[in-house]
Amino acid sequence: MTTLDSSKEIQKNNSEVNETHEDFRMFGLITFLIADGMTFAGFFAAYLTYKAVNPLPDGAIYELELPIPTLNTILLLVSSATFHKAGKALLKDKKSDSQKWLFFTAFLGIIFLICQLFEYFHLPFGLTDNLFASTFYALTGFHGLHVTLGTLMILIIAWQSRINGGRLSSKNMFPLEAVELYWHFVDGIWVILFIILYLL
Amino acid sequence: MTISIDPQKTNNESLQPKGWLRYFSFSLDHKVIGIQYLVCGFLFYLIGGTLASAIRIELASPMSDFMPRDVYNQVLTLHGTIMIFLWIVPVVNGAFGNYLIPFYVGARDMAFPRLNAVAFWLIPPSGLMLVASYFVEGAAQAGWTAYPPLSITTPQSGQIIWILSVLLLGGSSIFGGINFIATIIKLRRPGLKLMQLPMYCWAMLGTSLLVVLSTPVLAGTLILLSFDIIANTGFFNPVLGGNVVVYQHLFWFYSHPAVYIMVLPAFGLVSEILPVHARKPLFGYTTMVFSIMGIVVLGLVVWAHHMFTSGTPPWMRLFFTIATAFIAVPTGIKFFNWVATLWGGRISINSAMLFSCGFIINFVFGGITGVALAQVPFDIHVHDTYFVVAHFHYIVYGGTVFIIFSSIYHWFPKVTGKMLNEKLGILHFIVTFIGFNLCFAPQHWLGLNGMPRRVAEYDPQFQFVNQISSLGALLMAISTIPFLINIFLSVRNGKDAGDNPWNALTPEWLTSSPPPVENWEGEAPLVEEPYGYGKEFSEQK
Ligand code: HEM
Ligand SMILES: [Cu+2]
Repeated sequence: MTTLDSSKEIQKNNSEVNETHEDFRMFGLITFLIADGMTFAGFFAAYLTYKAVNPLPDGAIYELELPIPTLNTILLLVSSATFHKAGKALLKDKKSDSQKWLFFTAFLGIIFLICQLFEYFHLPFGLTDNLFASTFYALTGFHGLHVTLGTLMILIIAWQSRINGGRLSSKNMFPLEAVELYWHFVDGIWVILFIILYLL
Repeated sequence: MTISIDPQKTNNESLQPKGWLRYFSFSLDHKVIGIQYLVCGFLFYLIGGTLASAIRIELASPMSDFMPRDVYNQVLTLHGTIMIFLWIVPVVNGAFGNYLIPFYVGARDMAFPRLNAVAFWLIPPSGLMLVASYFVEGAAQAGWTAYPPLSITTPQSGQIIWILSVLLLGGSSIFGGINFIATIIKLRRPGLKLMQLPMYCWAMLGTSLLVVLSTPVLAGTLILLSFDIIANTGFFNPVLGGNVVVYQHLFWFYSHPAVYIMVLPAFGLVSEILPVHARKPLFGYTTMVFSIMGIVVLGLVVWAHHMFTSGTPPWMRLFFTIATAFIAVPTGIKFFNWVATLWGGRISINSAMLFSCGFIINFVFGGITGVALAQVPFDIHVHDTYFVVAHFHYIVYGGTVFIIFSSIYHWFPKVTGKMLNEKLGILHFIVTFIGFNLCFAPQHWLGLNGMPRRVAEYDPQFQFVNQISSLGALLMAISTIPFLINIFLSVRNGKDAGDNPWNALTPEWLTSSPPPVENWEGEAPLVEEPYGYGKEFSEQK
């Protein structure tokens, strides 16, 4: 694995900043997440506009049930907390604890995805049935893609925080912190999505 | 394990090719990447220009005789897309941004060099893919705006390739934007305050904010559009209950900011060039900074002025007319600042200065027609006519492309250590300026008299004026010749430039020309007054 930046080395050459440089990879990640959030904002805006101006045609079916998505909301919120625990453990260099929490977080992510698929298969409408059906699948699908990527990244850093030879430690927290921020972001998007798609 | 990239190592001979070969490598040096952007963009500009000539040849006569109608539509779509996404945006942001921003903030490279190289290398494949789509089943035909239902009903493979290519280019643009924001905010040399940065940094900061906030919306929209085309969904397909106006809103939410993504960096570049060649400080630095940021904020809330004829409700028309009128205020401030910078200066009439002055003149004209277009009663008459074509070419060509050339004349000695030939440069300017105005000024008249845009045929009464316009286009094509000759001659045996031929004060000139791999031999200089002209030089001479 390589990181995307040479910032530290470059700053080191700039003798005055030798010690005091800050790590701005996080800054870059936050900027990226704002961009990613705008994609969702576009989707939400489209959905809300459709809702306001495009009535559901006669006979079209678009009904959602609450139990599974509510469970999914809880799963993701809990997973945010467990991820946080993993970070705290790593900060104290308790690598095996950290790894356990990470695996547990990834496990919650996988359950979320399974529930999502289960919901897909039991909904009374398909992708092309009507405008709302299409928008529903596009939004949840795009979010599900984010969860999938996040889960994969969690598994990768879990592997990297293994006790022997793992590269993560209290001195190298960035990969974990980056994935954690991303994961909280994906959770936040889900909460908004849950409110807009299911509750409104 | 982390391999942090030590520039000393990566630019070492064993790892990176030397000489011209490095321009074909995955180089991490911001200066190499800047030139890669510029040359790649210019090659696409030549392709886009050839397509433009084809359009003007077709329009020299009222019938569609030069090419079939559907080919005409493909040509104008490719022309617009190439010029915007492969020439203007990458060059005015990527090329000059990469070359200059690290100097301006006193850094040795961009914040994320690897991301930077990735962003560049996304461009050639997506551009080639776009050009190649012509040979598949025909390229996209729905214009650079790709409005549905047209984009859904025209042949699909070309449109899908178009979407894929624009998505990749958008990704490249977002990566670039993230990099610029991080570099300007975080990588400043210690002691350098934000309000001491050269104006181009502010312009790039504003532009990058727009890129980061609006490009993702375009990406999302195009993904939905591709679903409509491939998966038979109906987001934007009225037949399936969809809503085409939603596409327009989402598209213009990106594409109005996109016009500022194309022009704000040019504002920054001209603010660097004018003070140097007029030997005066940039007038109104602070107001300039605030107007850039004002344009960024307002630029995000004026998009529906492109949609006055799309059944927009009256309150929406009112809001967007007023917001658009407001955006003319910061733009006007900048215009007055440039004029005031020139006022009473010791102006050198050279190619860089001429192109910058050409920019100011053309841009005012385009700005005035822009404000006119924002008035609903007027716009309803001229929307989708040649008046709009004239308006935006005055801004994009008369404004941004003029500044690209001005910048090339200004920074060529920096990049190569050689001077460009002034006689050829002035010839280039004269032919471009005349050709440009001859080509686009008559189009205002055509539009006011009702000639629609994007149609291969027109009413014979318009023929004469169209021929004048085509003549102008011919001159513009010819104007490239002295420019190319100039570049080739000067790269090989141009006059030696020395390190700072213009006696400029901005940081990029305070090192050797061409600069060393790490920009400065020692520490980066602290430039607190990038525009402190006047004092030192009056003493010198
Ligand atoms: C003073 C500021 C400006 C105002 C008030 C303004 C206003 C407008 C309006 C109202 C339209 C819509 C006309 C129509 O379709 O009926 C328009 C079109 C356009 N403007 Fe501007 N504009 C301004 C500056 C710019 C700048 C700086 C650029 C680019 C760098 C630009 C590029 C364009 C383009 C490309 C179109 C046509 C888009 C299309 O339909 O293909 N404008 N402008
Ligand atoms: Cu606009």
